Amino acid sequence: MSHDEHKLPFWRKYIFSIDHKVIGIQYGITALLFLLLGFCLMLMMRWQLAFPAKPMPWIGGFFGDALMPGGIMLPEFYNQLGTMHGTIMIFLGVVPLGVGAFGNYFVPLQIGAPDMAFPKLNMMSYWVYFVGGVIMLASFFLPQGAAQSGWTAYPPLSDIAPAGQTWWLFGMVFLITSSLLGSVNFLVTIIQLRADGLSFFRLPFFVWAQFVTSFLLLLAFPPLEAAGVLQLMDRLAGTSFFLPSGLVVSGEILQVSGGGNPLLWQHLFWFLAHPEVYVLILPAMGIVAEIMACNTRKPIYGYKSMVYSVIFLGFMSFIVWAHHMYLVGMSTEMSAFFQVTTMIISIPSVIILTSLMLSLWGGSIRFNTPMLFAIAFLPMFGIGGLTGLPLGLAASDIHLHDTYYVIGHFHYVVAPGTIFALFAGIYYWFPKMTGRKMSEILGKIHFWFSFIFINGVFMPMFSMGLAGVSRRLWDPTQYAHAQPTQPLNVFISISAWCLALSQIPFIINFFGSIFWGEKVDTNPWQATTLEWATPSPPPHGNFETVPTVYRGPYEYSVPGREKDFHPQHESGS
Amino acid sequence: MEKYYGWGLPFNASVGGEKIDQLIYIFHGFMAVLFVGWFIFLIIVLFRFRARPGHKANYHLKHFKAPSYIEVAVALFEVVLLVGFAFPIMHQYRNVPPARNESVEIRVVAEQFAWNIHYPGPDGLFGKTDVNLVKVGNAIGLDPTDPAALDDITTINQLHVPVNKPVIVRLSSKDVIHSFSLPVMRVKQDTIPGQEIPVWFTAGKTGKFEIACAQFCGLAHYRMRGFFTVEEQTEFDTWLAKQVKP
Amino acid sequence: MSDMIRYISKPHPVTGVTNAKLGIWCFLASEVMLFGALFSAYILLRTGATEWPVGADLLNVPLATVNTLILIASSVTIVMSWASLAMKDLSRFRIYMGLTILLACAFLVVKGFEYGAKFEHHHFPNSSTFYAIYYTLTGLHGLHIVGGIVVNLYLLFPGSAMWQTEPERFLGRIECAGLYWHFVDLVWIFLFPVLYLL
Repeated sequence: MSHDEHKLPFWRKYIFSIDHKVIGIQYGITALLFLLLGFCLMLMMRWQLAFPAKPMPWIGGFFGDALMPGGIMLPEFYNQLGTMHGTIMIFLGVVPLGVGAFGNYFVPLQIGAPDMAFPKLNMMSYWVYFVGGVIMLASFFLPQGAAQSGWTAYPPLSDIAPAGQTWWLFGMVFLITSSLLGSVNFLVTIIQLRADGLSFFRLPFFVWAQFVTSFLLLLAFPPLEAAGVLQLMDRLAGTSFFLPSGLVVSGEILQVSGGGNPLLWQHLFWFLAHPEVYVLILPAMGIVAEIMACNTRKPIYGYKSMVYSVIFLGFMSFIVWAHHMYLVGMSTEMSAFFQVTTMIISIPSVIILTSLMLSLWGGSIRFNTPMLFAIAFLPMFGIGGLTGLPLGLAASDIHLHDTYYVIGHFHYVVAPGTIFALFAGIYYWFPKMTGRKMSEILGKIHFWFSFIFINGVFMPMFSMGLAGVSRRLWDPTQYAHAQPTQPLNVFISISAWCLALSQIPFIINFFGSIFWGEKVDTNPWQATTLEWATPSPPPHGNFETVPTVYRGPYEYSVPGREKDFHPQHESGS
Repeated sequence: MEKYYGWGLPFNASVGGEKIDQLIYIFHGFMAVLFVGWFIFLIIVLFRFRARPGHKANYHLKHFKAPSYIEVAVALFEVVLLVGFAFPIMHQYRNVPPARNESVEIRVVAEQFAWNIHYPGPDGLFGKTDVNLVKVGNAIGLDPTDPAALDDITTINQLHVPVNKPVIVRLSSKDVIHSFSLPVMRVKQDTIPGQEIPVWFTAGKTGKFEIACAQFCGLAHYRMRGFFTVEEQTEFDTWLAKQVKP
Repeated sequence: MSDMIRYISKPHPVTGVTNAKLGIWCFLASEVMLFGALFSAYILLRTGATEWPVGADLLNVPLATVNTLILIASSVTIVMSWASLAMKDLSRFRIYMGLTILLACAFLVVKGFEYGAKFEHHHFPNSSTFYAIYYTLTGLHGLHIVGGIVVNLYLLFPGSAMWQTEPERFLGRIECAGLYWHFVDLVWIFLFPVLYLL
């Protein structure tokens, strides 16, 4: 270690660090904890859904009479769990893991930079995120609990909701600020700090994905911030941006000036929240591309068309937002526009998925744990994408809108899609971050059980959705049309609890491997990109000598060479 | 009695709802073909190109023509679905209301957590409403001084319609956003406070069904259930006559 | 560590900008989206309203005109402060930067009087949608002014120590502060007619 890091006191080195690697790990650990928490919230909801209004064994007693009298979950607590499950998973779990952790740790490494362009801003971005997370968590301890208007927070419901909603909004303002700081940093880092010779078309696909993601974060989040400010004004200053005149809530006339429009929120919200879908999925696609190239030992198919697709996807994601709003009474002209854009945006996704699939052709496929997760991403994301089609057309959306079909659809994209890719990333890059490999046996147990049970969770939801079962029902058996699907709810819940058990090997593996994992050298996977050109874990400043790049990112199995990989930084043809 | 509900699409009691069902079935057939195709390809590739002694990866990419054709085919298929199904159905659903003199017109006012159903009565005119008159027993704030209001009929959660006659439902909400859903009619429409949005449908079969709230609307969203009865015209008239005037 | 990061004071040969300058442009792009969203909200609310007051009837146009002139003047002084620094004249930089901050404070004082007069007549954000959007937009803009004052104060006093060690980088910082300030000014140029005149 030739640099001066040993001089720093502990708190500068590990807590308020400005080293992108430490910040990346901070993001990673925090995000994994939030993912676990969000998952636990869902496990509790699954009890209520499978056995409505039955006392929850063991756990029910911990929550007291205010939330679960006699172990039975109250509807208000169920709504809090649902709202916070969505918020935590998206804004505190998946995005911070995909962008904050992997992006922070590996973008500078993959472009051969010593750090992010603005290290202090990077540190601030993490701590602002942390504060946002603390606010969200603290809101559970308010007298009336956390936000309970759904993660979409549609007014007027959210305008008249208890104080937890205000905390939710403040939390969101912090999270948005954090994303904003992060995205500026990523953009500048990728544009300015690429190593010599690393032109844009030599960038690993992961960096491209992060690049487009940063643009989305930069430009899509501010409208939500604006919406958040307006809703805060409604709640705190008594304005009525989202409240029309003449509302009667529980028999009382609402004393506001009126004149607002509840749909204004939906437009501003979905203007963010649709690009947000791509913020979730693009880093995952990037990770999958890296792992597939390395473990097929050949270049990925159609690198350039994938890059163009990802750019096009980013652009299009700004003009599809109202396909979440077909049923608000919009004109057929407007819905026609959004149906067309929605169909168009499906095409680049198909191109990326097909390219990844074809990349397998002609390879020599190694089935290690990261590769298994990456391969599983393909059919899982495929299901998620395909089931988006009937929701994307207004006519079929009439029946499927706001049913379990929607839940099944986006969870296939995010859970067995994105989260599997993130697991793949953890298994793949763990050796780089710690200098030790994770156990393959535990990894494979984790993979197969997760794969089976996660499908057990989400596949039956399509059937429930077709049957017309609405989302967000505390007790689904109230409706005659939902009663026949109740056995499916039981099946889903049992699958979910088994899925939780399947994560135990991962947790053991993760912490155990930090101490007892097999030690590895610089490049355990024999990969080509720049992060494998520096020791594991990389020293302060990342590279001993500043690397120069001579070729594209995926030069595997080049004919006439002794080794089957040709790293980007090695000179010679 | 016919079995209305199961693990798939619910019973279709409407005239015209089968077009939506048809679109959903076409979609799922299309999805199945694509997915099974992909999946078989994936399995074959994973087996054929597994790492094994003596097997080497091929650096030179085989250029595939088939994916481009498939992509073009998929895009064309999407165009067909858009132009052939989605646009006409939506046009019918939103832009072509039935003639008012041949149909039953009903107002539905959603509130946390009930559906207030408002029939115009024999004169066919809805009485004026005013939020200041809302009280227990007059949930929609009907103005008793308005002559048109005198014969109006209101019910809570009881929506009756005659069979084989177009129904126009004018939807509004007193408080938050709800969504008026009649699964057996393939009808769903958000109720937006401050707006009145019409939907229309024609019931083709009689039966007792339900109204569901499809948009999260608060604590008791889960039991915001209404009763939806389709009956013969004569039964409908008898039922209507029995309802109490406000 | 920061000595290893490239293009902190010197521009990147291809993009032609330093990291900080690219960063501030990105940041301003997102600010455009923020205010763009709020202006869109304004348009949507106004087109949906049954009646909408003429701003000039309710708001104090002369006072706002004075404020517009103040902000434009401050945009000029911040350019002068940058130019003085580019000519290596630190004391003139301090004078112009100080002037910029004073003008910004003057803007806030005038704004404060305006708000005070409204409060006296019991015009609060909850009085009507017009006042709601008026207070939200001008309030958010005011917060941006406060942010600018804090940054400029930092650059005027403690931050200017960098002039001795890394003059180029410091000059870059002043330029970024100037870009931000022009943006805040520009937002006002839009706010003024939209709220007060139309």
